[in-house]
Amino acid sequence: MAGNIRLEVVTPETSVVSEDAQIVVAPGALGEFGVLIGHTPFLTTLKLGTLRYKDANGVEKCVFISGGFAEALPDKVTVLAESAERRRDIDVERVKQAIKRAEERLASKKPDINYERARAALLRALHRLKITEIRR
Amino acid sequence: MATLKEVKTKISAVKKTKQITKAMNMVATSKLRGAQQKMNAFRPYALKFADVLGSLAEKAGEEASPLLIPREEVKKIHVILCTSDKGLCGGFNSHLISMAEKFAKEKSEQNIEVVFTNFGKKGRDWCRRSGFQILGEHLGIVGAKFGFNIATVAGQRAVDGFLDEEYDEVYMVYSEFISMARQTPVMQQILPIQPIESGEKKAEDEETPYLAEHICEPSTNELLGDMLPRHVYVQLYGALLETSTSEHAARMNAMNNATKACDDMVDALTLAYNKARQSSITADLMDIVGGAEALKG
Repeated sequence: MAGNIRLEVVTPETSVVSEDAQIVVAPGALGEFGVLIGHTPFLTTLKLGTLRYKDANGVEKCVFISGGFAEALPDKVTVLAESAERRRDIDVERVKQAIKRAEERLASKKPDINYERARAALLRALHRLKITEIRR
Repeated sequence: MATLKEVKTKISAVKKTKQITKAMNMVATSKLRGAQQKMNAFRPYALKFADVLGSLAEKAGEEASPLLIPREEVKKIHVILCTSDKGLCGGFNSHLISMAEKFAKEKSEQNIEVVFTNFGKKGRDWCRRSGFQILGEHLGIVGAKFGFNIATVAGQRAVDGFLDEEYDEVYMVYSEFISMARQTPVMQQILPIQPIESGEKKAEDEETPYLAEHICEPSTNELLGDMLPRHVYVQLYGALLETSTSEHAARMNAMNNATKACDDMVDALTLAYNKARQSSITADLMDIVGGAEALKG
């Protein structure tokens, strides 16, 4: 491998990841893409999903991403996301509660519910849960 | 002359007030620190976002998104007014409100209707009093803990209303945090989005023109269309952070002044108290001496 690429994951509230990675795989709007060092400049929106990368020691790590976009440069990948969480920071109990809440809301069929938002919340929570279940 | 007891009660009352203002000052100080940290945490995101958006906007034309196109005739304006929920922060809210008031008056004279969305109770109360239509209110956010999602929800509503032609322009009034001692109200147009230039200057400094050879996925215009609403959220979130920080700074200063005023008052009252005590002692002495003289005689 020629070297490591810098990965930065930033949200409006905090900087989630800032470290060197061997490879970064991100869920682009038109499909998942991988970035190695020397990538051609590239800009894309990201889907709700999981960003995976191998750190400098080759350990695979996952970050949950929602509502963002990524910019790849030859030596750097910057991900700007509305929310992002490392796998180890995900609180499984809270996620399960969120799923329950969203499901109840969707099932209740009350007219004053914003279905789009409840559905999006459910999707986000399910994704978070999925990440925690990935084999370590 | 006030009686001794009255002065004494007054002194203890002022001292209690001082304890409160001092405590509020300290609370504001610690909250200010938190708010500033949040602002610092937001800065990298905001800068990067402005960078990418600026260069994207250069590449794409005005027709890329309806959010960029100014309306020929402006009939209704939506103002997002950020104020605090609580008072006791000097002229903070009244400055913001007077700015909004002036703007609303100007526009009403041109026969343009002005409607409001309020962050903060003070602004909402003013809107109610003045009889402006309120589209939405968000209390308990400014000056408290809030996340980016608040800005997303409110921003989304503003964008949707704009696209539905419910109103033709969106402005926001917020307080810019310049320094501990200075916070100025600012009025900013957020929709239609003004030509974005922030990325340009930076691009010139760098060796390669920024984004010139970027591959964009999906197309540049689609990317821009996706990013522009987010640009509104980012601006709104930034404005909320600024307002929160300003509120705490304003309250800190106000409470600092109040504490000093309390000190002055206690000094003045103590003087009055001593004078009153002295004169009562003198009067007592006179009585005793007078009595003794009378007995002698």
